[in-house]
Amino acid sequence: MTCTEFLAMLDDMIDNTVSREMRADLQEHLQGCEHCEVTLNTTRKTIEIYRSHEIYEMPTTLRDRLHKAIMERCKKGC
Amino acid sequence: MATIQSIANENEPHPDVALVERVKTGDISAYDELVRKYDRQIFRIAQHITQNREDAEDVMQDAFLKAYEKIDQFQGNSKFYTWLVRIAVNESLMRLRKRRTGKMVSIDEDIETDEGSVPRDLADWAPDPEQNYTQAELADILRKTIQGLPPGFRVVFVLRDVDGLSTEETAESLGLSVPAVKSRLLRARLQLRERLARYFKRKKVPREKGVKSDVH
Repeated sequence: MTCTEFLAMLDDMIDNTVSREMRADLQEHLQGCEHCEVTLNTTRKTIEIYRSHEIYEMPTTLRDRLHKAIMERCKKGC
Repeated sequence: MATIQSIANENEPHPDVALVERVKTGDISAYDELVRKYDRQIFRIAQHITQNREDAEDVMQDAFLKAYEKIDQFQGNSKFYTWLVRIAVNESLMRLRKRRTGKMVSIDEDIETDEGSVPRDLADWAPDPEQNYTQAELADILRKTIQGLPPGFRVVFVLRDVDGLSTEETAESLGLSVPAVKSRLLRARLQLRERLARYFKRKKVPREKGVKSDVH
């Protein structure tokens, strides 16, 4: 397997949607390719960081204000 | 490929189905529940597309009001949330168009780029690299980094990786094909990785000459 072929399967590897045979091939490539191992690990880390850190926090006061505005207009039939 | 989630969904109806049915009969408290359940996600999506706090507030209100108005048109072929996201994405794009004085804006914009399609920065990252920054610094880095991506990449990454929608649901929310979502997701992930590398990669050990060190 080449690095280009590995890269084409990167998302499937991350999302765990590869067959057992394909996974074995990908693992074999990883054993001998430090670059692809770094790419895989740091891409996984990228997703994990974005998933675990809310970058657009909605403060409670804003949330309550918007919520109230929405419900008031819904009650009036919008 | 069927996921565990989709198998579970086949056996029991999604809890939103009952809430939507109650809304259709005029039970406004059920809608209140739906708003509370999804307001944060809708606000986040609107922020990512419009990149403007005021616009995101307006989009959130308008999307929920529009969904309420149109609730009878919701047939239940998709999840309520997917349907709601589609409304919010369209509202967000409308806001962007207004800001750009009528210029056409779509999620297909600016995707003709090869940036990040091949990993270039191959240095390994520090272990738990986010711990080298304060929460505020990290949020700033993450915001700046994702803001540099084309809108069509940003929104696919957010729906799929942050919100946890399936590829099919993401495609449905955005009116894109499944292959288009897959191709954008890969490029979004790789571009973000590439851009974050400059903050997170393992620092080279400084040479001793001319470098002050705390280690004795």
